[in-house]
Amino acid sequence: MDENLRRDIILDNYQNPRNKETVLDERYIKVNSNNESCIDDINIYVLIEDNILKDIKFDGDACAISTSSTSIMIQNLIGKSIEEAKLYIKNFEAMVNELDYDSELLNESIVYNEIYKQNNRKNCALLPYVGIKKILNN
Amino acid sequence: MNREDFPMLHKDIIYLDNGATTLKPKCVIDKMVEYYEEYGANAHRGDYDISYKVDQEYENARSLVKKYINAESLEEIIFTAGATESLNLIARGFFANLLEDGDEVLITKSEHASNVLPWFHLANTNGIKVNYISLDDNHYVTLENVKKAITPHTKVISLAYITNVIGDIRPIKEIAELAHQNNIFLVVDAAQSIGHVKTDVQKLDVDFLTFSAHKMCGPTGVGVLYGKKEFLENVEPLILGGGMNESFDNEHEVYYKDLPTRLEAGTPNIAGVIGFGKAIEYLENIGLDKIADYEKKLRKYLVDKLIDISFIDIINIESDSGIVSFNILDIFSQDVAYYLNKYNICVRAGNHCAKILKNEVGVKNTLRVSLYFYNTYEEIDELVELLRNKDKILEEML
Repeated sequence: MDENLRRDIILDNYQNPRNKETVLDERYIKVNSNNESCIDDINIYVLIEDNILKDIKFDGDACAISTSSTSIMIQNLIGKSIEEAKLYIKNFEAMVNELDYDSELLNESIVYNEIYKQNNRKNCALLPYVGIKKILNN
Repeated sequence: MNREDFPMLHKDIIYLDNGATTLKPKCVIDKMVEYYEEYGANAHRGDYDISYKVDQEYENARSLVKKYINAESLEEIIFTAGATESLNLIARGFFANLLEDGDEVLITKSEHASNVLPWFHLANTNGIKVNYISLDDNHYVTLENVKKAITPHTKVISLAYITNVIGDIRPIKEIAELAHQNNIFLVVDAAQSIGHVKTDVQKLDVDFLTFSAHKMCGPTGVGVLYGKKEFLENVEPLILGGGMNESFDNEHEVYYKDLPTRLEAGTPNIAGVIGFGKAIEYLENIGLDKIADYEKKLRKYLVDKLIDISFIDIINIESDSGIVSFNILDIFSQDVAYYLNKYNICVRAGNHCAKILKNEVGVKNTLRVSLYFYNTYEEIDELVELLRNKDKILEEML
């Protein structure tokens, strides 16, 4: 992947994160996601209707990788069924952990396909996935 | 100064995280290796030469600590695993037995977690109330604000000597005087001050003082609880076992040893304690006044440079210690720390375990540079050059 394009996508999603707002609507399920080893701290809000992830928002403070990864993940997940979402998450985690994955499924999340080279930032990219999995697995 | 003494400084790094832990000089490392290689027996045990040697070295370290903080007697020096354990020991082994429902403990919002959570625990178990001394505009503790916070129910004031984010040096002597006039105990967490400014417990008249060896060129896993003897006598040992008991036959006939051993159950961190003694000798050879003076100059040099950069927000412009907390506007502190790491510069990002401070300063996370005597003006120049260019930070932080 072109390095400039990669940087542009990550920085754009960091500086102008999509779907970043606090949700008070009680129909949304809220989950907090934080990394033990760092100071990232985000809340994810998910509205599930008829097995579909109708809407997702997030708020909180986190680094560039975590924030952009959350922004991109949410855009990818809105509209998916729970099963489709789980498949997407599985592929993303496989990519970050250097296992086989289907890049077709990942859309813009592919920008993290070299994050494994920075061990201390892998968890940043995975941060929102820790949270969303808590919701989907319940 | 004294950079040649530190093996870690032979690596190509700029180490500016001394608030987290300091580097260790070769003489401290060698002293610990000497124990393991030349007289590696247990303490207070054997009737043979090398065990006797261990006792001598171990107790010599206690003498060195006593002298370093000018305690009145050796019994007032308890070796622990660190300042955190020391604070827990007095909160749970002394104040838990003393404080009752409605009693108040005063702390501030800039305390480290280890001087907050043990008191929160007592709030939940003993029904005490944790109140806060207001900080002034510089986030300092003033005597006036301590006076205002004291009520007839105040029983304990527990404060850091120097805080780990703001770096302010508290007027401990004056606070002690005020506390004692009101029959209040004063506990001082000296973790951030002990290797930086001179500490005389008798002159300060503190009731308890806690600190860690690793923040003063000593090894990790060793700390001290100092207490006035009359109070330490009443600290209940939380850890029971070998070394601290005099005799026992059944559950009704258990006798503990006297201070300080009564509060040091189990085989201690012998190598660590002995290495700690060496660290004290090392610092005293350089001179605490010289260290404090140099740090102050170095800090001023850094702050004067940072203040000129428009997109840098310094949390503690004024401060007498070597701690500078700041943010690059619109960039998350951890991203800046990652960026600096690419140039082998070690700084800390985060809330620095002072999680309630955000309510006070309005900033949740910061970058923190904490200096020590082996840092140099050249290192600061390098740091500032890297921070001067915001585009470069954004470009390289990912």
